[in-house]
Amino acid sequence: MSAQSEGIAIHRVTVRRHWSRRPVLLFAAGAIGLLVALVLGVALGTVAVAPLDTIGILGRRLLGLPIAQTWTPPAETIVLDLRLPRVLEAMVVGLGLSVAGTAFQGLLRNPLADPYVLGTASGAALGAAIAVVIPVRMLVLEFGLLHGLAFAGALLAVWTVYRLSRASPLAPLTGLVLTGYAVGSLLAAGLAMAMYLSGAGLRQIFGYLLGGLDGASWVRLAVAAPLILVASGAILFRARVLNGFLLGEETAAHLGIDVRRERAILLGLASLATAAAVAVSGLIGFVGLVVPHLVRLAVGPNARLVLPLSALAGASLLVFADLLARLLGEIPVGVVTAVVGAPFFLVMLRRVRTGYEL
Amino acid sequence: MIALPVAEANTSGARDLAVDFRSVDAAYRRVDVLHDLTLSIRQGERVALIGPNGAGKSTVLRVLAGLLQARSGQVTLLGRDVATIPRPEVARQLAVVPQLAALPFAMTVEDVVGLGRLPHEDPWRGQRPADRAAIGAAIERVGLGHLLGRDARELSLGERQLVLLAMAVAQQAPVLLLDEPTVHLDLGHQVQVMELLVDLNERDHITIVAVLHDLGLAGHFFPRLVLLDGGRIVGDGPPDQVLTGDQVRSVFRVDPELVRPASAVGRETAGA
Repeated sequence: MSAQSEGIAIHRVTVRRHWSRRPVLLFAAGAIGLLVALVLGVALGTVAVAPLDTIGILGRRLLGLPIAQTWTPPAETIVLDLRLPRVLEAMVVGLGLSVAGTAFQGLLRNPLADPYVLGTASGAALGAAIAVVIPVRMLVLEFGLLHGLAFAGALLAVWTVYRLSRASPLAPLTGLVLTGYAVGSLLAAGLAMAMYLSGAGLRQIFGYLLGGLDGASWVRLAVAAPLILVASGAILFRARVLNGFLLGEETAAHLGIDVRRERAILLGLASLATAAAVAVSGLIGFVGLVVPHLVRLAVGPNARLVLPLSALAGASLLVFADLLARLLGEIPVGVVTAVVGAPFFLVMLRRVRTGYEL
Repeated sequence: MIALPVAEANTSGARDLAVDFRSVDAAYRRVDVLHDLTLSIRQGERVALIGPNGAGKSTVLRVLAGLLQARSGQVTLLGRDVATIPRPEVARQLAVVPQLAALPFAMTVEDVVGLGRLPHEDPWRGQRPADRAAIGAAIERVGLGHLLGRDARELSLGERQLVLLAMAVAQQAPVLLLDEPTVHLDLGHQVQVMELLVDLNERDHITIVAVLHDLGLAGHFFPRLVLLDGGRIVGDGPPDQVLTGDQVRSVFRVDPELVRPASAVGRETAGA
């Protein structure tokens, strides 16, 4: 009995520390990180604008603050028309990929899952490659055929995987992942064929596969951001459901969750966010895989914390990655996220015990 | 001590039944599992389902929890048809101790037990102080205070089983279902779990339905045994009436001498 009451005493202490102070600090750190990313992302580049001037331009033009103009008009154009939409697009894409990655990992109960696991990447890539290969060019609202087909391809691929896996007699999750792999392989073959046929367009396809934010503009942001933010926001509101899935679908049902319905909703939302992100930025890897794991290391598996913190962390991380890509002479941002992300992930795997039984 | 809700008197006129199966048939795809099963369990009862592998014991639990639809017949939980109760509502009336499952991410014991509060927690704000108190109480009751902040993946199978039991206790439902709650436990912990079930039943009036393979434990700790064979009930009553030599020989196809010491224990304590 005395051992038990000691246990409960320890419990109370842990409960307080665990549930209130630490997340608040992390949210504060995340918000500051995002702000720093915004200012640095806008200030730095081939033409450096002083950080104070950057803050001045942003404050005067966006918030209407009465700040004396100490900068040149070209600086203002660079900041407002070139860099700001690009930084915001990086934020939105990083946010969407991280939230979608958290959702896919939780839903599939698979730590190796990322936003691309159910075929979104291969579908988008094939769509983009087809757009390059066929001799049709069009531009609507600064969106080319490439963006449209990539978006449609991503959603079509997930929808196909979902429908096919429902016919599979395997346990739903295993069926889903294996079907995703099979469909992905098929689409990859199509992509290889398209690349083989693409001739001079090959470089453009490669550019898409590696991801990049160099085409960012206010109009593109205005179309992609609402899709990504609405889908991610809806996922954030389903944190409770994702928690229910932690011990498997049967336990989720015992805990009062309508498993079939919620699985379909979450898959749909995560795929929508991913499709919108890859349509504007190409296939940026590792963000959606690594960010949720990083956040879980800090706060544990509770999706109520993991989802919003992943959103913050993913948004700042992609701004920094894109900044690095720009400073290194416009290399594809996907290369940066992979070069930084992969070793980082390896170190993390060594630190965390990866016991995957139980 | 711990305020666990007592099942409210139900209003549908079905007396004080916690669980009621009326002529229930159930099947997985093409395989029939339950045949014309009729079983009533009153609130506050403690019932063990026994029988050989494939007799349909776990299926009874799955139908009751609403995971498997009865093909015909009616299943009621606290006076209401299970098929018509919304899932979150079922989860507040009925807790199920889950089977061990792989954990994809590091989770502390506290995190896992906290999942039991999911049916109760505020949809927007998450766990409230009342939820945290229930988690602490459940952890204490199952005797896991010393493991509180440990990664659940680092525990032994037996300890993990106790963690899942604590999770179901934290759910604070008036009916508790368990499927083989002692498989990975040593003798000491088996008895500990059985005594906990008796305590939850007698002190908090929680209705307990457990599938058990160990006839000795079933006979010793449960006043009512339901013996299933081939999807039908072939025995229902106190241990000394269910665990007779003839029943054991015909259902388990073993020499009753092998089980006699166990059933003898059941006979001694059943009346006590």
